[in-house]
Amino acid sequence: MSALTMTGVSRSFPPTGSGQAATRAVDDVTLHVPHGSLTAVLGPSGCGKTTLLRLIAGFLVPDSGTIAFDDRVVAGAGRPVPPQERRVGYVPQEGALFPHLDVAANIGFGLPRGERSGARIDEMLDLVELPRGFRGRAPHELSGGQQQRVALARALAPRPTVVLLDEPFSSLDASLRESTGRAVARALRAARATGLLVTHDQSEALSLSDQVAVLREGRLIQAGSPADVYLAPHDPELARFVGGATSLPGRAGEGRAATCALGAVTLTHPASADDLLLVIRPDQVVLDEAGVEAHVDEVSFYGHDAAIRLTVGGAALVARVTGPSAPAAGQTVRVGVRGAVHAYPAPVRD
Amino acid sequence: MFVALLALIPLVYVATYTVIIGPAEIWDLVVRPRVLELLRNTVTLAVACMAASTVLGVALAFLVERTDLPAPRLWHGLLVAPLAVPAFVNGYAWVSLDRSINGFGGAWLVVTLSYYPLVYLPVVAALRGLDPALEEASWSLGHTRRQTFSRVVLPQLRPALLGGALLVGLHLLAEFGALSLLRFPTFTTAIYDQYGSTFNGSAATAMAGVLVLLCLLLLLGELRLRGSRRYARVGHGAARVSERLALRGWRWPLALVVTTLVVLALGVPTYALLHWLAVGTSAELPLGELLSATGSTVVLAGLGALATTLAALPVAWLAVRHRGRLTTLVERSTYVANALPGIVVGLALVVASLRLVPVVYQTALLLVVAYVILFLPRAVVSVRSGLEQAPVVLDHVAHSLGTGSLATARRVTLPLIAPSLGAGAALVFLAVATELTATLMLSPIGTSTLATEFWSASSELRYGAAAPYALLLVLISVPATVLLMRQERLQP
Repeated sequence: MSALTMTGVSRSFPPTGSGQAATRAVDDVTLHVPHGSLTAVLGPSGCGKTTLLRLIAGFLVPDSGTIAFDDRVVAGAGRPVPPQERRVGYVPQEGALFPHLDVAANIGFGLPRGERSGARIDEMLDLVELPRGFRGRAPHELSGGQQQRVALARALAPRPTVVLLDEPFSSLDASLRESTGRAVARALRAARATGLLVTHDQSEALSLSDQVAVLREGRLIQAGSPADVYLAPHDPELARFVGGATSLPGRAGEGRAATCALGAVTLTHPASADDLLLVIRPDQVVLDEAGVEAHVDEVSFYGHDAAIRLTVGGAALVARVTGPSAPAAGQTVRVGVRGAVHAYPAPVRD
Repeated sequence: MFVALLALIPLVYVATYTVIIGPAEIWDLVVRPRVLELLRNTVTLAVACMAASTVLGVALAFLVERTDLPAPRLWHGLLVAPLAVPAFVNGYAWVSLDRSINGFGGAWLVVTLSYYPLVYLPVVAALRGLDPALEEASWSLGHTRRQTFSRVVLPQLRPALLGGALLVGLHLLAEFGALSLLRFPTFTTAIYDQYGSTFNGSAATAMAGVLVLLCLLLLLGELRLRGSRRYARVGHGAARVSERLALRGWRWPLALVVTTLVVLALGVPTYALLHWLAVGTSAELPLGELLSATGSTVVLAGLGALATTLAALPVAWLAVRHRGRLTTLVERSTYVANALPGIVVGLALVVASLRLVPVVYQTALLLVVAYVILFLPRAVVSVRSGLEQAPVVLDHVAHSLGTGSLATARRVTLPLIAPSLGAGAALVFLAVATELTATLMLSPIGTSTLATEFWSASSELRYGAAAPYALLLVLISVPATVLLMRQERLQP
């Protein structure tokens, strides 16, 4: 296994119709994935994350920039290394098992001839937590989650330098998605594999990975630990996307103090402007008898907790409270803010 | 590219000939009482057969798929079986039993009985693929069974139905053997007579031009009617089987109607064959000739199948893997060529070879080229469906596992498409084995195949002598029919 380093990687696609400009699917992306860690590339569909993955795998060639596995440059300097020589494990959406081969033959596909039926198959089945008795099964006899695990075992069997997972859980049911996701992350850690997971699901990205890289319109917006990205998002839009935060206008006060519709709040950093845009995550809004009055517009009750849409002084806000304490829609409650609030300079209006 | 050009030879031939002869003479050649009579014959027969096949095909498909008609599996098999009887064998069966069966009525009866499965089969497949949830939604919105059928089911069947009807029309325009035996002159039979009796190139070509126009009109009409609407099933998961309609008192009378049809379509040719085999006075079973005809048929069909499948590979590959305007054009052009009757392809190749490469005239090579042009679409359809089972992502996975392009083709793509390659080759093999018109025109002197031997015997009214050849032709067609049934089932 090795570390993966991308430096200034760009890739455009020719315009699809006349009158359209060429699209920059990946735009000047620089990202380092440390040895043996799992990085999630997070972004909405069409943000270029799959293109990024295909560039690393070698199915596409970048227009500019370099891609390196440790010190070995595979794209950018001279002739790009073809996919079959990159030793990249690739787990596509829906698994894409070879339908004409059984589980053992699928897993052994990338192994040298002598090892194809040997102990490595059992080892890989153990790694992805599937019974060894599955060796002789045909792909269509497996459930979606099992197919994904076999696909991962197939990718890991030849001991690749990097494993690329392209939205591997998006075709699974919600319940299966979580357990398969955890099993896959465990298997990757056990194999000490360097992994890149592409996903549009922020909870998947936050819960499974060591590093989250957020991509928007081909550009890398922020890369950091899940906690960093959640607690200190780079801009309000990212705060809304990753944390489901709502933003409120506010005014800076002395030091880290500020005021907004919710009263006085503390900022994470001293304000850099007078007019501010405060982003408040739902988990920061609490029911508080000493707080300001808010009107409950809508309540989504999930059992263990509830999401409450509120109006405070003309501004809309979302609060997440524990299920039993949820008020009813139409009620008036008092709310306050818990913890420090992230603030950005307010956008200048003309 | 080359394959598409090859497929376009007949079209180019007809077009250039038209230009060379000049519009005035074409006009004189075409606007003659004889040609107008042929035009009327051809069009009325085509329309009548398409209508009858459509009605029969849809009604039977509905009965077998959606009602509690007894033993539906058995009926399904029996209703598809007429596909295994080449139309000219069917024509021979009727004529040999009753000489009064001829003219429009006879032709209509025999051809419809031969070709209705071309509508029946796709409609059955479409009915099976239909999501019953659509019908249930319609019932829940207050529609009756009948309204649901006409407003929900029938529109969904439209692509299958139109495709089937188009096939019936194209087959009919190309039909030579049956119509010739039934003495109902159409363009195809007239072109052959013209070619055989006077070798009058211009007159035959002018008529071929009209025939080609009819074929293209049919294709265009189908395209226009089908439109660009999509009939995809929304949502995933396996479709449930819908509840069968209880026929109650109609159950047995309808079963009787279906039985009658099966007797007419299947019983008559079977009886005729057995009858002539048993009592045929002229049948002293010429074992030697039978064997040599079978041998040359197998060789020709094998070569044709091999060449056609090889030619289909690049076309299908381009169509599936490199979608684009040009590749679609290449694929379509092979289909247009397929709409051309064997007689036009034969004529075009005779003239083209005599003009350009006289060495190949009267050789097996030219015949094989004709087979490639005629049957390419069958192979393309099979190979295409196979390639669609082998999506690019599998190649990518194989590459990422360290497998090079050649090894990927050997270990992934070929194993996946091998069954459809085989199926395509088999279909072409069987189609070649029962092909009559182009074989009659192009086969090297001295080479006789089952079809040509059958033809020379039955057109000389030696029904007994023709019987063993007919039987072999039917037997050869059986596996093709089974394959076709499988293919329909595989289609979504």
